[in-house]
Amino acid sequence: MSIQHQFCTFYLDRLFFGVEVHKVQEVLRYQETTQVPLAPDVIGGLINLRGQIVTAIDLRRRLGLPERSAEQLAMNIVLRCDDGAVSVLVDEIGDVVEVGNDLLELPPDTIKGKGRDFVRGVYKLKDKLLLLLDMEKAVEITATGAKARA
Amino acid sequence: MSEMDEIIREFLVESNEGLDRMDRDLVELERTPDSHELLGSIFRAIHTVKGTSGVLGFPRLESVAHVGENLLSLMRDNKLRLTPQITSALLAMCDVLRALLTDIESTGQERERDFSEVTARISALAKAGNEVPIVAVTNQEAETVVAECIGASDTEDDPVQTEASDANPSVKQPDNRATATAASNIRVDVGLLDKVMNLVGELVLARNQVLQFTASQNDASFLSTAQRLNLITTELQEGVMKTRMQPIGNVWNKFPRLVRDLAVACGKQVRSELEGSDTELDKTIIEAIKDPLTHVVRNAIDHGIESPELRTAAGKPAEGRLLLRAFHEGGHVNIEIADDGAGIDLIRVKQKALSRGLVPADQLERMSQRELVDLIYLPGFSTTEKVTNVSGRGVGMDVVKTNIEKIGGTVDVSSVTGQGTTLKIKIPLTLAIIPALMVTSVGERFAIPQISLVELVRLEGDDCAKSIEEIQGAPVYRLRGNLLPLVFLDRELQTSCVSEVTRASGGDEQQLDFELAKSKHLDWKVKLKDLLRFKLSMTEEEAGSHQECALGKWLNGHALDRYGSIPAVHELRETHVRFHQAVRDIVTAHNSGQVRTAEENMRAMEALSHEITAQLAKVEQATTRSRAVNIVVLQADGRQFGLVVDEINDTEEIVVKPLGRHLKGVTAFAGATIMGDGRVALILDLMGIALSADVLSHKRDSARAQAGPSTAAAQANDKQQWLLFTAGAQDRMAVPLSTVARLEEIKPESVERAGEQNVVQYRGEIMPLVDVAEVLRMSPAPRRDTMQVIVYMQHGRSVGFVVDDILDVVEQSVAIENESNRTGVKGSAVIQQKVTNLIDLQQIVVAAGLNPSTRLSGMGA
Repeated sequence: MSIQHQFCTFYLDRLFFGVEVHKVQEVLRYQETTQVPLAPDVIGGLINLRGQIVTAIDLRRRLGLPERSAEQLAMNIVLRCDDGAVSVLVDEIGDVVEVGNDLLELPPDTIKGKGRDFVRGVYKLKDKLLLLLDMEKAVEITATGAKARA
Repeated sequence: MSEMDEIIREFLVESNEGLDRMDRDLVELERTPDSHELLGSIFRAIHTVKGTSGVLGFPRLESVAHVGENLLSLMRDNKLRLTPQITSALLAMCDVLRALLTDIESTGQERERDFSEVTARISALAKAGNEVPIVAVTNQEAETVVAECIGASDTEDDPVQTEASDANPSVKQPDNRATATAASNIRVDVGLLDKVMNLVGELVLARNQVLQFTASQNDASFLSTAQRLNLITTELQEGVMKTRMQPIGNVWNKFPRLVRDLAVACGKQVRSELEGSDTELDKTIIEAIKDPLTHVVRNAIDHGIESPELRTAAGKPAEGRLLLRAFHEGGHVNIEIADDGAGIDLIRVKQKALSRGLVPADQLERMSQRELVDLIYLPGFSTTEKVTNVSGRGVGMDVVKTNIEKIGGTVDVSSVTGQGTTLKIKIPLTLAIIPALMVTSVGERFAIPQISLVELVRLEGDDCAKSIEEIQGAPVYRLRGNLLPLVFLDRELQTSCVSEVTRASGGDEQQLDFELAKSKHLDWKVKLKDLLRFKLSMTEEEAGSHQECALGKWLNGHALDRYGSIPAVHELRETHVRFHQAVRDIVTAHNSGQVRTAEENMRAMEALSHEITAQLAKVEQATTRSRAVNIVVLQADGRQFGLVVDEINDTEEIVVKPLGRHLKGVTAFAGATIMGDGRVALILDLMGIALSADVLSHKRDSARAQAGPSTAAAQANDKQQWLLFTAGAQDRMAVPLSTVARLEEIKPESVERAGEQNVVQYRGEIMPLVDVAEVLRMSPAPRRDTMQVIVYMQHGRSVGFVVDDILDVVEQSVAIENESNRTGVKGSAVIQQKVTNLIDLQQIVVAAGLNPSTRLSGMGA
């Protein structure tokens, strides 16, 4: 019997990702965002989460995937972080899945692009591959802050 | 039991407050030794402590207070005069009492402490001052007294029998007072207050939403209820805000004592001055700045202010001055701590940095004065030769800086050798509800804290094109005769990154190129004629529709939003639809072989195309005229500038919420807030915007930093804007921009002669022209098509100075290096890394022979 983990799953540009369920505070449908001029472009904007202002990070841009089409409304996955909540914008939200460690494999070295830095492992599900995302790393944007004007 | 705890806790709070007050009063008393009020206040404080501690059974406290009271009673009876020794002894006594109180607070009981030294000191002073023997109750004695009293159930009586006649405390009185204060004061957990504060923030937002909703309602009872809700919310909000706000004085009031103690310890004389003690700050911020401020004050006395001998030798009053100043500015709280001491010795800083190996030698040599000053922030840096018990252990400014930065503040040190050091701390007012002006730019709403708002200016119609002038690309507006630098918010916010996407798609739609639109619609004529002559084939799809055309997009999109009120826009839209219908009809008819219909339509289309051209011209005029410019005049760091926004909406109370850590690097925003409709709006950080737009330059700051507090007034003249120009063989020159009324280009043909003088008709008057190169006896520049003229205005009369080229406007402080005795030249200075002559326009007027007494009277050369 292998150790089971629960993942909150979501889609980004047809890729299937998962993040540990305990890191997720809540999942929201499309929220109106306020753009932040001069901010790094991975910042999707600010959303109002019941009176709390939460920064939304566009995961597509973060992972270097093509832009979402205009009519496709982004969903929010609000994550618990040390210093408050952070939201990530994804295309679509999937189910919560429970998978065993025996299905886990390290990401192949052939993964290209920015995504490679953030994929911690691959779960081989029956019908598709679940990419385990290193969320801490994905929402850690410090170096890009320098982009916002010297 | 719990009731007893409660009483003791109140006693602790009250006693600590009393001791704090005593500290202040003692220091104050030293300055005004004859004040009976102060003495009385001190006496009452110690008396209360003594009485209450007796009742509650804290013999040690009581005995110490008793000795102090004896001494004070002598002073009150004019048998003893205050000496520094007495003050020190009494202050030391306060410390002992505090230590005892702390023990009680932590353990509920008094602990063994040796305070015989202090009591002995006080008793000795009392004895020395008075032949009347005073029985000093020592530690041991007190214990025995208490041991006797413990069994006594009658606490109404004075438990300690003293000989001092007036030290017969009525125990009931202080006790009653304690309960009275307790009844009107409760202690609340700050966490709870935070929660209430957040809820009030939410309530304010909900209220805003309701108010927005009322606009569309006319139910009278609903409206009045909403009105009441509005009022109550506002009051509630103010009340809750107040619970968290505390005057900075709560921290500061401890400083006079601290300053005195330190000064005595260091053998210095220091007078402390507090300004703006009532400046209110959030409680959490007060807590956070307490330690850093104490540190800075210590530094100032230990390192900054010199010993009286040194000061006298340097020609300064023997008593040093430490000024603490607090004030609100632009949504921030500024705290300045200025001393008039020796300043930071940069040579020593260098040596120290070298000896500690903090900075390599070659790098040190290249460092500017300011960078050298900043070295003091390095961990482990201290310039004191020896470690004292006051400071010098090298854990200083870096800790101060880190602590202030932790709460989002900034620290800035400036120092002038021999004149003093000023430390400026700037702390944001987070966690607050502030009034703000809402503006719109690039389709988003932004909040501007009202505190930095000076006025609003709206330019309409022909005004706006004319009255915004440019000086070398820098837009300025003349606000009642003063040049106001303008910052366009949309440009400022779009310059670096954001979504290139929105800009690319959105930008074109908003600004229509009228010429292009005209020519495109004329092009159709040619194309369709070719079609009819079978030189060209075209499908219906290629003919397109009015919605696909650039003009159509503009008319259906931005123009409707923005210029919907202009009838010409709607007329043009209709014509445009008909035009494209006609184009399609022609193509359809032609492709289906109906040549005649096509030709008939062709004529109709030609007429429509002319109509479009005419209407386009109309719309262009109308939209340009309606393109009003909204200027928000703002104050940042003592300078005014105008922020140009698309729209000015309304003022609103907003709840300031901090931005997440991802956005800390974006200096343009101070925070965010949630609007009535639930959307998030960003709060502009005007300092950040002003800095990035170069309205306030860092140069200027550093220039100011080099001046001490005493020269601040003189400094104000130094940092100014200079207009750079060339005259005569490319010599760079500069005049203060404040002396320039206007810049003009004049055609040489318009120059006339009046007597010996070149003049030009200018704004309905005759303006004499002065060739700067000629007056300064420089080789004249080659003739040009247009003459650049700097208009100088005095007493309503203008004089034009002819120069070669206007170069730039810079803002910086200028140090005149080679004072010149050439007429009209004040001297030279380095501006923009180039040697530049500073010109005195007044002298040139005189030198040019324009009689200053009649034409330019009172101007003075």
